[in-house]
This record gives sequence, C-alpha cells and structure tokens, in this order.
Amino acid sequence: MSHDDTAPPRLDAVWGQRESHLFDRHTIHEIHRAAREGMYRIRGFGAKRRLPHFDDLVFLGASISRYPLEGYREKCDTTVTLGTRYARKPITLQTPVTIAGMSFGSLSGPAKEALGRGANEVGTSTTTGDGGMTDEERTHSKTLVYQVLPSRYGMNPRHLRMADAIEVVVGQGAKPGGGGMLLGQKISDRVAEMRTLPKGIDQRSACRHPDWTGPDDLAIKIQELREITDWEKPIYVKIGATRTYYDVMLCVKAGADVIVLDGMQGGTGATQDVFIEHVGIPTLPAVRQAVEALQELDMHRTVQLIVSGGIRTGADVAKALAMGADAVAIGSAALIALGDNHPSLADAYRRMGTVPGLFEDWQAGNDPAGITTQDPDQYTRLDPAVAGHRLANYLRVLTLETQTLARACGKSHVHNMEPEDLRALTVEAAAMAGVPLAGTDWIPGRM
Amino acid sequence: MQTVDLDAVPLRDLNARLHDPAQVGRIADWRVLHPKGRHNIAVGLDAPVTVRIDGHVGYYCAGMNQHATVEVSGHAGVGLAENMMSGRVVVHGNASQSAGATAHGGLLVIHGDAAARCAISLKGADIVVRGSVGPMSAFMAQAGRLLVCGDAGDGLGDSLYEAVLYVAGRVKGLGADCVEQPMEDADRASVAELLAAAGLDDVDPAGFRRYGSARELYTFKIENVGAY
Ligand SMILES: Cc1cc2nc3c(=O)[nH]c(=O)nc-3n(C[C@H](O)[C@H](O)[C@H](O)COP(=O)(O)O)c2cc1C
Repeated sequence: MSHDDTAPPRLDAVWGQRESHLFDRHTIHEIHRAAREGMYRIRGFGAKRRLPHFDDLVFLGASISRYPLEGYREKCDTTVTLGTRYARKPITLQTPVTIAGMSFGSLSGPAKEALGRGANEVGTSTTTGDGGMTDEERTHSKTLVYQVLPSRYGMNPRHLRMADAIEVVVGQGAKPGGGGMLLGQKISDRVAEMRTLPKGIDQRSACRHPDWTGPDDLAIKIQELREITDWEKPIYVKIGATRTYYDVMLCVKAGADVIVLDGMQGGTGATQDVFIEHVGIPTLPAVRQAVEALQELDMHRTVQLIVSGGIRTGADVAKALAMGADAVAIGSAALIALGDNHPSLADAYRRMGTVPGLFEDWQAGNDPAGITTQDPDQYTRLDPAVAGHRLANYLRVLTLETQTLARACGKSHVHNMEPEDLRALTVEAAAMAGVPLAGTDWIPGRM
Repeated sequence: MQTVDLDAVPLRDLNARLHDPAQVGRIADWRVLHPKGRHNIAVGLDAPVTVRIDGHVGYYCAGMNQHATVEVSGHAGVGLAENMMSGRVVVHGNASQSAGATAHGGLLVIHGDAAARCAISLKGADIVVRGSVGPMSAFMAQAGRLLVCGDAGDGLGDSLYEAVLYVAGRVKGLGADCVEQPMEDADRASVAELLAAAGLDDVDPAGFRRYGSARELYTFKIENVGAY
C-alpha cells in the first residue's frame, strides 16, 4: 500500500499532539503574516482576549433585609444630567447610555445619521470624532457632543457653538498614548477635504494636543473653550484608562464638568493590534479608581463620570452605574446594533475571507454592512432610518435591563445602585472592583 | 472706540461683549488695557472688529479668531491665534510655543521671534514671522504657508503634509519627510505677497528658500520604518 500524502492525519495521531498555549495557531499565523508582510497588524474592534470584566460581578438583589420595587409599576428613573458643575446649559438624557465618539471617516455618512436617529428616539446623545462635524449628524442628533482632538481635523468654532457639549479627547481605551489612524482606502474626497489632507494617504493623527501638555495647560484650554462658548456648554474630558486615579484627579483640577473614561476593551476604528491588546487597564478596575478619586475630592456626582469600553448589555450598564458611574457610552455595540457582523451578510463576509462574528477589519474601508466604509456602493446599502430604529430598540433594551436590575435591588433611580449591591465571582474582580468576593466579606487588598 | 480695562472688568465680560452681535455691530474699534499676561483674551471673535491690546497676553490670545483683527503690542503666550479661521492677528513682541497651531485661515504676523512648534498642524492659514522660529515648527503642517525672515530651529517641517515653508535664514535641521525644493516664480510671488500682507517692506523677498513635503511618508511602508 502506498502512503497518501493528502489524506488527513489519523485522529489518534492528532490527539496525541498538544496545542501550545504560548504558540497557539493564532500566534503562529501572526508570525507568518508578519514574516510575509513586514508590517504590524492594524485593525478595528477592541481587545479580544479574555479580561476581567463586569461579567465577573453579580447583583445581590433584594430579599428580607432590602425590598425590591415592582417591575413596570413602581418608577425607576433613568434620567441623567451632565455638566452641572460649571455649564450654564447642562444636558439631560433620558437614558444613561450614550453613543461614543466615532469619526465620520471611520464611519460612513449614513452610519453617522443612523446613530443620530437611534439616539434621538430614546433621548440620548451622540458624539462626533476625529474628523469634524458633518451635517448628517448635526441634523439628526438632537444632543451632539463635539470632540476636540489632538489632530483638530475640521475643528471649527462655528461647530463648537453648534454643539451641545464639548469633549476634549486626551486618549482612548484602545490606545492610550496613541494617535488616530485612518487608512488611505477611507480617505475619500469628502473625508480628505474635511481633514485638509491629500486624498488616499494613510493618515496618522498626532497623539498629543498641539497647544497644550499637562494639567495646568489643560485648565487654560478648558477655560478657552468656555470663553469661546460663553460658559454655556458642558465640557467633558475623555481619557483612556491607565493611571486612572491620578488622571481623574487632574481632570477635576483642570475644571472638567464630565469625565469620559474608556477602558482597554474600548473599540477603535483602526489601531495597531499590539496597542489594542497590551496598553491600558480594563474598564472594571478603572471605574473603581475613578470613583475613588472623585469621592476623595468630594466631587462624585458633581463632576459626572461616563464609562465606556466593552458595554454590551443592561447588566454591564447597571454594574458600571452601581460602581459609581453616572452614564456609559457605547461604540462597538452600537455598530453591531446597526447591522455590523450580521449573519445575513455571511456571503459577503465569506468572500472577504471572514465570517459573521469575526469581522474586525473596520480599518479597511470594505464593509458589506455599509458602516465602516466610504465607498458609495457599500454605504448606500445602509438605510439610516431602519438602522437607526434598530439602534433605538437596542438602547431601549439596555435601559429596560438596567431598570430591571435596579428595581431588583430596590432602587427608584438607576443612580441609587451602589457597590454594596454587588459581589464578585473571582478574586481578581473582587480586588479590581473593590467589592467582596461572593460568599465572603473579603476584598483583596483592603484587609 | 471702546476701551476695556482688564484690571476693572472680568475677562469673561470682555469676551462676552466681543461676542455680542449688538455690541460688535455698533463698535468697530476696541482697546484692551492691562492684559498683564492673562489667558484667553479676545478668543472666539466672529465679527470684523479691531481689538488692540496694550501689553502682554497669556495663552490662546485670539484663539479661533474669525473675521476680527487683533493686535498685541507686547509678547504673547502659548497657542497664539490657535485654530484661527480668518481675520488678522499681529503681535509686536515675541510669541511662545505653538503660535498659529492648527490655524485654518487668516494671517498671523509675529514681529519678534516665535518659540517651538510655530504653525504646528497648520491647516491653511498664513503665518509670517519677522524673527526666527524654534524647533519642530510646522510639525505635521497640512496646508497654508509659513514664512520666516530669520532662522528656523531643528526638525523644521517634520512629517509635513502640503503646507509650504519659506525661510530666509539658516535652518538648523529638517524633520522627517521635509525637503528643500526649488523656488519657482509662484513661490517668489507668494513671498512677496506674504511680506506685503504683513507690511514688512524692509525685508528682501529674494533671499528665501522653499521647504515642502517629499511625500515619502504618505503611506505606511515598512521601508520607512527608520523615519517613524
Ligand atoms: C469605528 C470607531 C471609531 C472611533 N473613533 C473615535 C474617535 O474618533 N474619537 C474617540 O475619542 N474615540 C473613538 N472611538 C472609540 C469610542 O469613542 C469608544 O471609546 C469605544 O468605542 C468604547 O468602547 P466599546 O466599543 O467597547 O463600546 C472609535 C471607536 C470605533 C469603534
């Protein structure tokens, strides 16, 4: 009998071999890819490896020592007011879930419009991004937050005045210490013009602001933005989660109304994989450190805290709020609600060498869902009204789930949930979130 | 002419008055006394008024200016005329770091020297410096023109996009992707135009060299790894 080279190896032979934890197949593939292309991997999405997260916490719920509220009958308020510290016109949202800053450029015009429509339906805000303000989003977002980023692409005082709040972006959870990126495939004529860049180049944005560094300068920068807008608008400062305790203190000192804290799981339109997976700390410990800093300064609830990075469900929202956040922001989940990674696109994904559920090439500009693209053939497939309504449905579910958990804990406002309502399932989560390990009184590091 | 004394009037009132369409519609000439290095003087103007400031100013003077003319008799702090959209800002003394940062339009004239990172991320404005500029000037400058009658510090035009730089004096060093380019007739016309616009009739337009982007770093290429 001749030996057949093409026959698959016998099962017992395969079972006798062992996959390396260190050199798993993904790692081996990445080494081959790097050896072939000589370039690091740039991709979208957030950190994909397992990290301590809100899943590692549970709510205690009420029983004899606490009593719950009746679902649907006893009111559980979800309104959030942001910017009460200094702004003459704080903003009020009907739900504690906001839409995070994602640039026109990384997203298509119809995707930005859909985000605005969805947010409007449920009374929450959307945020511009590293590419300026488009008419689509200003027209379709009743409450719009305008980002001031290091690149200052499209930065315009008229837009500053048209915004409902201003967000000074220091960093992002996916890449604290890194600047924006937009690859050439996405620099269409319109994107190039808005950013004052040549068409089709690989854009590298600055990672530091051009005219300030450090907390003392930031205070003056914030004052400038307030002076320009006559102290009307709430001013947010967005930071990636790193030295969170100190950064939050410095934001407060610099005069922020609102702090946006983005954990390392936070999504991105385009970032080096090595940055996404290896820089910053997870959302869970960051929230605790931020709240501790605010409490230490007696500023908790005076300076509001918005948390992002891996929020998917009402449970995530509720846990972030119970730990002391005032609201959360979503990026990736909002894109998925619009239709990203949907099984109905399986054929198109297969042609691109991927499958629904694994698509992460938001940087590439080739997106059958019409969301992360500037190609008219693709983005015209996204109906902003339909996609916006899907997002609104999803936001309603997040809100209802959050209320369900709050009522179960006996709380008439989602802000009344507290760390005492939480227990941790793992020692890591107990230490990071600062809540006891379930079944014990033990908070590692506290005693 | 309306005079505002910052020793007597809070900054917030000055800026609010300069933003008030009724007041700037009525009064075209403003004078600000005792600025004493205060930050954020005359920011966010959006009307064709003239504001003369008697003394030194702190950070972000004339920030995001539109349409207005702002003239400072003394020195200016960090971020002078940052993100200016249009209009004219003139400083008779020196300017600190990041003068004209990200400015999209209008003309900034600095009669003294400008410190590091002058014209950083410039997006279309014209900047004329009678003296010299510090290191890393025109870093990542995207569009617009920077004209320096004196010298330029190290790293001039690092990671430059489409902005054009003219320097009469010595350039200590060029940043990544910034190269000297031939002066064409259009450049000579540009230099003459900028000098005239800035009112610098004592500077010889013949002595300038042109610097621009080699466009080698416009796309990610592994061969360029040494430049990043
Ligand atoms: C496609 C995309 C584009 C983004 N663009 C920006 C941006 O321009 N500015 C910014 O501050 N953050 C940007 N982010 C980060 C989001 O604002 C937010 O921090 C992050 O998505 C939150 O994490 P999540 O995706 O897990 O919800 C972007 C994220 C995505 C997914």
